[in-house]
Amino acid sequence: MARYILKRLLAMIPTLLGVAILIFLLLRVVPGDVVEARYLGQGSQFQSQDLMNQERAKLGLDQPLWKQFTSWMAGLARLDFGLSMWTGAPITEEIKLRFALSLQLALMASTIATLLAIPLGILAAVKQDTWIDYAVRVFSIAGLATPSFWLGILMILVMLTVFKWIPPMVFTPFWVNPWENLAQLIWPALAVGYRYSAVGTRMMRSAMLEVLREDYIRTARAKGLWLKLILSRHALKNAILPVLTVISLEFAFLLGGLVVTEQVFNLNGLGMLFVEAIARRDYTLTQALVMLVATFFLIVNFVVDIAYAWLDPRIRYR
Amino acid sequence: MKRLAHLLALGASAFFIVSVQAQTPRNGGELVFPVPSEPPSYDGHREETFGLIHPVAPFYNTLLRVDPNDTSGTKPAPSLAESWTVSQDGLAYTFKLRKGVKFHDGSEMTSKDVKASYDKIVFPPPGVGSTRKGQYSDVKAIEAPDPLTVVFRLKEQSGSFIASLLSPYNFIYKADILAKDPHWYEKNIMGTGPFTFVEHVKGSHVVGKKNPNYWDKGKPYLDGFRAIFMRDSAAQVAAVRGERAHIQFRGFSPAERDSIVSTLGSKVTVQESPWDCILLVGINHEKKPFDDKRVRRALTLALDRHEASKALSKIAIVKAVAGVQVPGTPFATPPEELNKLAGYWPDIEKSRAEARRLLKEAGVPEGFQFTFTNRGIPMPYEPLGVWLIDQWRKVGLNVKQEVIEAAAYFGTIRKGDTQVHMDFQCGYIVEPDLDMYKFLSTDRNPANYGRYKDPVLDDLYDKQSRATNVEERKRLVRQFEKRVLDEEAHYLMTLQWHRIIPHSAKVKGWTVTPSHYLNNTLDTVWLTQ
Repeated sequence: MARYILKRLLAMIPTLLGVAILIFLLLRVVPGDVVEARYLGQGSQFQSQDLMNQERAKLGLDQPLWKQFTSWMAGLARLDFGLSMWTGAPITEEIKLRFALSLQLALMASTIATLLAIPLGILAAVKQDTWIDYAVRVFSIAGLATPSFWLGILMILVMLTVFKWIPPMVFTPFWVNPWENLAQLIWPALAVGYRYSAVGTRMMRSAMLEVLREDYIRTARAKGLWLKLILSRHALKNAILPVLTVISLEFAFLLGGLVVTEQVFNLNGLGMLFVEAIARRDYTLTQALVMLVATFFLIVNFVVDIAYAWLDPRIRYR
Repeated sequence: MKRLAHLLALGASAFFIVSVQAQTPRNGGELVFPVPSEPPSYDGHREETFGLIHPVAPFYNTLLRVDPNDTSGTKPAPSLAESWTVSQDGLAYTFKLRKGVKFHDGSEMTSKDVKASYDKIVFPPPGVGSTRKGQYSDVKAIEAPDPLTVVFRLKEQSGSFIASLLSPYNFIYKADILAKDPHWYEKNIMGTGPFTFVEHVKGSHVVGKKNPNYWDKGKPYLDGFRAIFMRDSAAQVAAVRGERAHIQFRGFSPAERDSIVSTLGSKVTVQESPWDCILLVGINHEKKPFDDKRVRRALTLALDRHEASKALSKIAIVKAVAGVQVPGTPFATPPEELNKLAGYWPDIEKSRAEARRLLKEAGVPEGFQFTFTNRGIPMPYEPLGVWLIDQWRKVGLNVKQEVIEAAAYFGTIRKGDTQVHMDFQCGYIVEPDLDMYKFLSTDRNPANYGRYKDPVLDDLYDKQSRATNVEERKRLVRQFEKRVLDEEAHYLMTLQWHRIIPHSAKVKGWTVTPSHYLNNTLDTVWLTQ
């Protein structure tokens, strides 16, 4: 097992290097750069080519690509992401500011998704083809069909029209004011959590149905074991594996992927930062964010694989 | 009878008291407003976005300002300079500064600070960016003969020099700080303005609080302000509708205005104005058949601007039919004269018949196909793009639209590969020198993406720029306008943008102008409750 863990950890290095090369090149292929985004997009009358050249030189954009890449890699090796090309501020500072909000939202949404998906999935499987099953299926299919940002817009409209209230517009950390914090984040967490619970519910239901038809479950039933005991001790442990994978990967995605939902609720999260960095051609910030998300995905994947072995003793890694 | 007279008198005095109370500014309160864009740095001399002006302008003063009550947004008013004189030969402008103005660190503001700030803008040292340097190319020297006097010496006479000093970006910085580090103001805020800086949480908000030592005694009225960065327009609308924000200073679309008004009713006040921003159609003169002015004239003659003004103003942030100046401002061409230009004729059938004739004469076949390049921004690029294509089809042209992502757009059209494209300009003040600079020959202005050279046009520009007599200048502006839009049809105007500000009725002391860069110092703004 230790050898397997070490192998997996080492395998992350070439993967991250591949991601780094890909994002570095892709960004340079896309037309425009941060200087153009800053000085050409505002419709002003006086444009100075000298000023633009001066800014490019200051940012190192006049250097050959290999030089730009190696200096970025050297920085990464020292865990130094450099400065944002747009604001000139350290990238770690830019990310740190948004990370707390994104992490909290991802945790809240994943918790909501898990709390809905697992019991509903089990219930639908156990009560297969009854009205309960149909109700759960309708609920989950509606969740799959409803984009979370649309649900978010709907929530705001309802709150505005019925209660003449909308959530706070500025993020307050939980430890500063829990009420203010939850008043802002619970709505996007519900909108996103419902969407992801739908995937989880359907996965849980089908996995559970499969497991419930296994010989060992039939044997347990024939032996007269309580249904609750069969479900919790034997069926759930095996059926939960694919659900765990889905929810974990969704969690990694939620950290940087909630772009539109963040816009709708005006959340200062990593998703918005990502989009703004791309729109402004802020190469250094975009590269750092991609590397961060890629690392996060790799870690989550790794943790899930290890959790598999813990949940299912039949799985052994070499 | 006597009783009735008493009652009337009582009623009249009550009305008077109520009116006076309603107009007497109230102290206190925090103004909350969303800002759709965030500034990359705090240095007004370096940046170009309104995202800097809205949250940062309240911390600073400029030498002069636009009169905050002037709806045309063109009238100069004193700010740090309380008066000014112009020499007989028009080459020296002398400004008398206010006494007792203090920076937020408690130090006195003097002419040394004004000189250092303008030296940075006009003659930036190596490595220091000044975006508007080109606007002050006529300035020969800036002098500070005594602590309360600043003199600007010009190389040539200028009809627009005072207007150029109204730039809301030209913050007055402290000379000592600039001497130590000319980049200091990119990351720090310290001015003489009505509000002092409290915090900026990146991506979230900027907070300012009342400057108790502000030189204009009694102002500001507000205790502070909170500018919240909000990119999504639906979120901005929700913020105003939900009364979480008082106002958004850039502008809303007609549909957004209607949704706010329908929710808030009498709790909202709507101010509207023509907007000093416009989408232009750039025609690449290096591509055939657009090198032929008959073809370019046909493109403008095909457009029914008068009908479009009625229809598009219901769905987009455009309204007035305009020439090179915002309608209603001092140098704008009156409508009856504007209607004589090609593409502005009230009889659209006659106009389109002429367009077809010109195309035929130029050898452009029926169904001729070309590509119109548009910018990937929904409002108002999308509706105007659709409108243009429809109009050109009516004179037998077959137009394909190519949409380029916003950040890559200007880099793409600068390369000169497009045939016909959407172009854009937006000014901080309505002034012929600023608004017409766009149309100068490419060797004088690299932002002219039509890629033409027209010495006659350049000469007209220079003449109007030097004209100090207003009537003479108006005449030259008209000649310039006729040449650029009609005779040569170098560029095509679409419709003037229309600025719509629906704000909480609690907000008083703020007047809409044609520029979303103006009136953001917030010193005159107050809240009724």
